[in-house]
Amino acid sequence: MEFGPHLMLASLEGAVTAAILALTAMGLSIVFGVMRVVNIAHGEFFMLGAVIAWWVASLLGGHPAIGFVLALVLAPLIVGTLAAVADRFILQRINYDPDRTIVATIGLLYIIQQTTLMTFGPEARPVQPPFNTRLALPWFEYGENGFAMIWPWGLSITSYKLFVIVAAITIITGLWLFLTRSKAGLLMRATQQDSETAQAFGVPVQRVYSWVFGLGAGLAAIGAVLVVPIQQAHYLMGQDPLLLSFIVVIIGGLGSLPGTIIAAILIGMSDGIISVFFSPTLAKIIATLVVAMVLVFRPQGLLGKSEG
Amino acid sequence: MTNQHRVHLLHFGTIALLALLFFVLPAYHVGNLARIMVLATYAIGYNFLFGYTGLLSLGHALFFTAGMYGLGLAMTQFGLPSAPALIIGLIAACLVSAVIGFLALRTSGVAFMIVTLMFAQAGYLTILYFGTYTRGDEGFVIQQAKRVMFGIDLSSEVSRYFAALILFSICFLTVARIVQSPFGKTLIAIRENEERARMLGYDTGAHKLKAIIISGTISGFAGAAYALLFGYAGATFATVQYSIFPLLWVLLGGAGTTVGPLIGVIFMFYLIDLSSSITSAYMLIAGVALVLLAMFAPQGLAGTLRKRWFKWMP
Amino acid sequence: MGKINTSKFTRRGVLKSIGAGAGVVGASAVAPGLTGFAQAQSSAPIRLGFQVHRTGIGAAYGRWYDRTTQAAVKRINDMGGINGRPVEIITEDDGTDPKRGAEVVEKFATLYNCDIAFGTLFSHVVYGSAPRAGELKLPYFVVSEGHHVASGKLNRYTLQPGITDVKSQVQAMAPFVSDNLGKKITMIYPDFAFGHDHRDFFTAAIEAQGGTVVESIAIPPTETSFTKYFPRIPRETEVIYHVMVGPAVLTFVKELGEFFGPNRPEIFGFIDSLEAVDINSPGLEFLENTYFWEGHPRNAQADQTSYDKVYRAAVGVDDNGASLDDPKDFSTYSHMFGCWETLNIIKAGMEAADYQGPADRTKLIEAVEAMSDMPHSDDHPQGAKRFNGKTHQTFGHQYISKVSNGKLVVEHTTSIEDGLYEDEVDYTTQSF
Repeated sequence: MEFGPHLMLASLEGAVTAAILALTAMGLSIVFGVMRVVNIAHGEFFMLGAVIAWWVASLLGGHPAIGFVLALVLAPLIVGTLAAVADRFILQRINYDPDRTIVATIGLLYIIQQTTLMTFGPEARPVQPPFNTRLALPWFEYGENGFAMIWPWGLSITSYKLFVIVAAITIITGLWLFLTRSKAGLLMRATQQDSETAQAFGVPVQRVYSWVFGLGAGLAAIGAVLVVPIQQAHYLMGQDPLLLSFIVVIIGGLGSLPGTIIAAILIGMSDGIISVFFSPTLAKIIATLVVAMVLVFRPQGLLGKSEG
Repeated sequence: MTNQHRVHLLHFGTIALLALLFFVLPAYHVGNLARIMVLATYAIGYNFLFGYTGLLSLGHALFFTAGMYGLGLAMTQFGLPSAPALIIGLIAACLVSAVIGFLALRTSGVAFMIVTLMFAQAGYLTILYFGTYTRGDEGFVIQQAKRVMFGIDLSSEVSRYFAALILFSICFLTVARIVQSPFGKTLIAIRENEERARMLGYDTGAHKLKAIIISGTISGFAGAAYALLFGYAGATFATVQYSIFPLLWVLLGGAGTTVGPLIGVIFMFYLIDLSSSITSAYMLIAGVALVLLAMFAPQGLAGTLRKRWFKWMP
Repeated sequence: MGKINTSKFTRRGVLKSIGAGAGVVGASAVAPGLTGFAQAQSSAPIRLGFQVHRTGIGAAYGRWYDRTTQAAVKRINDMGGINGRPVEIITEDDGTDPKRGAEVVEKFATLYNCDIAFGTLFSHVVYGSAPRAGELKLPYFVVSEGHHVASGKLNRYTLQPGITDVKSQVQAMAPFVSDNLGKKITMIYPDFAFGHDHRDFFTAAIEAQGGTVVESIAIPPTETSFTKYFPRIPRETEVIYHVMVGPAVLTFVKELGEFFGPNRPEIFGFIDSLEAVDINSPGLEFLENTYFWEGHPRNAQADQTSYDKVYRAAVGVDDNGASLDDPKDFSTYSHMFGCWETLNIIKAGMEAADYQGPADRTKLIEAVEAMSDMPHSDDHPQGAKRFNGKTHQTFGHQYISKVSNGKLVVEHTTSIEDGLYEDEVDYTTQSF
């Protein structure tokens, strides 16, 4: 493929990756931002969302859109409830102690993974997208007859991938409105800024934490439902989103939702664009190092405030 | 008996007990214990940084594999005997931890955790990228005939066990010694309150860098020893799971205790091993055990012992 | 190969030399696996340690390896066991992890006193475990299709008699690809050692046929989206050769289809990508009329042999290659026959060696090394095999199938000769 169309395709793919990253990371961004706990099991909530989407779709049959819409409602509810219960019965009891939270959430990860393996099974299972049309894309080239529109070989995207980008923007806007405009969002932000003072002012911090934990897991599940028609449901699929979410959240700046989005775009786009110039694995190595160096030279993250 | 005496008794008693167990335990558990001591050495290295200096890294697999591949490639690609190869493994781990430490220490807290994670991820991909030499994920075998040091065949049961014990003892006693020294006390001061340590005039950056290098080199020592004693090096050891394991072991055993790493590894090893003999759903048992432990043994096993009964424990 | 003699420096020897440990010596009598299994009582079962990928990335394969193994052992026991003794399977999960794999091998040898260990699929687990099997002198029969055994990197105790290796498979594909599909090939494979083997062996084999590999694209294994790599496929490509593994493989196929749209080159893949996956899954429509290597035809063919019928029924697989209990649960048909055949080879080897107990382990290995041609039969339902005792590797027929109306239909069967290559090792010269 010519350089121009190649770059365009890689950028488009980068945008899709960025959207997926933003979707997977926003749940963790909220949990991490408000509660400051390292939840190793976050990726498993994502995985559960994908698995539930598969269950719903395969039980329902009919047009894939029906199952998809139902999964978008059910998956976050189920996963969010599960997470809130885990918070209530485990994390609150250990007082969100950072070290104990790591051990407990690794335990949770084992439990969720094994349970999924025993019920859902070890296979990768696809979920049909509600719609998926291949859209060939044009390219403009300056040739002998001036500008001409051509349709390069392979330059295309699918309608569902475009939808994922739109969905990511929509959900994040919704989240943003929720956090800034609603009372619940205000309570969350108050807890995030200073949980002790918030408590003194009568914010039910314990309950806020449960809600936040449930909301974060629910967001991960929504992300998974949206992603699963592109990537299949599999019981080990939680690890990559977990790591990527952590990276996105920290690069963006702890607790900054706009930072999370910018970081997702930065990481997704650089992953796509760098792949044009280097062989695939080398590109991955370079992209990883580039993002790591961002943090080395800006330790508080892109939009984070310096610590202290 | 002074506390100093108790500490010595604990440390030398642990080593003596491990030596004695060789003669008492059935063959299967002797084999396990040899492996446990190597992994406990890895955990000791991790504990030095996490438990005593307060830096949570998610990239220690990189240091472990630096030692493992330093030794392994020196032996298989350059045909070096095991002793110089071991030194190359140690140098590799030392250099890698120095570079990573230099860069990562610009950050702190969760950012430190993520930066180390990403460097380790890049390291893992680098092993795959140079698959021509490393054989990537598959890894390579170090032939039994080459695993000889000073005329001793390290693949035999007895020499493997005592080589592992020597490795463990060196690192165990060294770390126990360092944390009692002024340098170690400063690290603990940094863990407790870095700002205060800095105001007292300590160069906390230099201290932390030294701590990473010591921690990384011990981890690499364990990696090199694994390759040498068990005859295999592979990229699996560079994956993020193998960075999370030492964190888990140390937290289970008790962060910031000298015996915690060993206890944590023994606990986790037998938790998996015994439960997998009973049921194929052993991860479920392990998961529940971890959750319960987090709830009822807040400072890890050794940490809880120290809090309740043995306040003198180092 | 000068191996160091370890026999004079054992725990037992050390124990005896330490006088002070007199009380300890008594205690040790409860244990050492070194003393071995008590001389076989005639009815004591033969214990086979089955190292299975129950968790981890190999779990989908492990489940079917387990089912096949259970079925094969049931058949062997129904036919009277081995040397008149029943066969007992001791299953242990290795988590698809080389470190745990080595531990499991130790457990078989020293805790369970297994006669042999067998059943490993993933190459990195084989590499991690084989050194321990060699040191513990435990015959280790792998079912992995890796080139590890035949490359000479392992040891005399490790054998792969039930499944062909990747080098042989890949080499046998080249004539068909070059004669029927095209001469200019782009290879897409995971950046794993297994992918590199495909690249190296196929590149050499296709060049011998007068073809060329115009581009090789190694995909990092952590990747979940692939479209951005497809522009690397040169326009002149006539055939795409793909072999991907792991859960992302459906995405890979789907995105490949979306990239090419209506006009694609010929496509040839290794079914490894789609083992345990329904070929009619949504998104895989693109694979219609493409070609696959199959180790053992998943769909029952028009000329299905009676051997395949017996085997299929015994394991519980329907004519589409799915479980009889659940038509959505697809098997790993191209690999799992290796468990069945390996167990039958172990039985034949033990009978030829008049195997009585662990003291006869070396006799068992020598008996297997002495094997050569194995006929297509109920014992070898995949096809005839030719075992090379020197390299510890078997050679067999390969199948090339075309996807037609959602079924894999065999187009070509390679001969054993197509997959032969020069010996790279002679394990029989190594001491035990």
